[in-house]
Amino acid sequence: MTVDYVAMHMSDGIVNAPISVLFGIIAVVALGICAWRAREELDERTVPLAGLVAAFIFAVQMVNFPILPGVSGHLLGGALAAILVGPFTGALCVAIVLIVQAFLFADGGVTALGANITNMSVFGVAAGYASALLLYRLARRGRDDVAVPVVGGIAFVSAVIGTVCAAMGFVLEYSLGGAATTSLGAVAGYMFGTHVLIGVGEGIITALTVMAVVRARPDLVYLLRTNRVRTAVPA
Amino acid sequence: MTGPTRRSWWFWIGFALVTLVVAGGVSYLASSSPDGLDSATLQGCEVVETADGEELRGDCIAQHARDHALAGSPLADYALGGRDGTGGLAGVLGVVVTVVVAGGAFWSIARSRAKPKSTVRD
Repeated sequence: MTVDYVAMHMSDGIVNAPISVLFGIIAVVALGICAWRAREELDERTVPLAGLVAAFIFAVQMVNFPILPGVSGHLLGGALAAILVGPFTGALCVAIVLIVQAFLFADGGVTALGANITNMSVFGVAAGYASALLLYRLARRGRDDVAVPVVGGIAFVSAVIGTVCAAMGFVLEYSLGGAATTSLGAVAGYMFGTHVLIGVGEGIITALTVMAVVRARPDLVYLLRTNRVRTAVPA
Repeated sequence: MTGPTRRSWWFWIGFALVTLVVAGGVSYLASSSPDGLDSATLQGCEVVETADGEELRGDCIAQHARDHALAGSPLADYALGGRDGTGGLAGVLGVVVTVVVAGGAFWSIARSRAKPKSTVRD
C-alpha cells in the first residue's frame, strides 16, 4: 500500500522552535487586527458570503492539480477571499481553513500553524488584495464600470502574485530558522518556480470564481464596492 | 432592501452545492503528487517504498518534519478512521465544520459592531 501525499501545508519540525513561536505571535497579532478591522467589512449581507467563501476555499484546497511531473499544487485562496469579502475578512477565511485543517484533518503542523497562517492568510491575502485593488483602480480610470472579463483578469494576476508571495513567506521562515542544510538559494528558486506555476492554476480558479459571483451578485463583491463607497459617501 | 428574490436564493444554493460537490466528489480527482512546498522539502531525497511504508533516503528538509501531533485523530489525512475512499465524506464534513466555524466567527464580529450599518472603509 502506498501512502498518498495528502498533507498540503508546512509540517512541524521544518522550522525551528523559536521561529515557530515568533510566527505564532505574528499570526495571533495579525488575526486580532483582522478581527477588529473586519467589523468594517462584515454586515448581515456579507456574513453568509464570508462563511461560504471559507468553506469553498477548504473544498477547493482538497483538489491538487498537477503542475510538473510528480509535483502538484492547490489553491491557497488569499486573493479569492480578499476580492470577494475584503482583505481583513478574507485573511480570517484563509486562517479558519488552516485551523480546521490542522486540528481536524492533521494537515499542516500545529507548531507550524503560525507560519502557515502568516504565509497564506497574511502575506498571500495582503499581496493578492493590494494587487487587485491597484489593478482595479487602473482599470476604472475614466470609466463607470469594469467589464466582467477585466475583473477576471485582475483576479488572475492578483492570485498569481498572492501565491508567489505566500511561497516566499516559507522561504523567509526557512532562512530564519530552517532545520536543514539545503541551501537557501535552492529552496528560494524551487519555491518561486513551482509557485509561479501553482499561481497560474490559482489564478484560473480565482478568475472563474470571481467572474461567476460578479455575474450573479455584483452587489456582494467587496472589490467592486470599494469605488461605490467612495462616491456614495461624500463626508 | 426588499426580501430575497428567487434569483438570490439560487446564488446561495448554487454556491453551496458547488462547494459540496468539489469537496465530496471532485476531490477524488486530485493529484496525489506532493505539492510545491512538499516537493521543495523533498529536494535531495529519494522516496523509497519499504515494508514499513515510505522512507526518505538522502539529505532533505522533509527528514526534519515530525509526524503531526494529531496524526491519530479520526479525520486525519482527510479519511474517516484512515479508511481508503472516504476522502469525499471527510471533505463534506470539513465543509460543514468550516462554514459553521467561519459563519459563527463572522456573525459575532458583525454583531460586535457598535455603530449602525455603514460601509465605511479605509
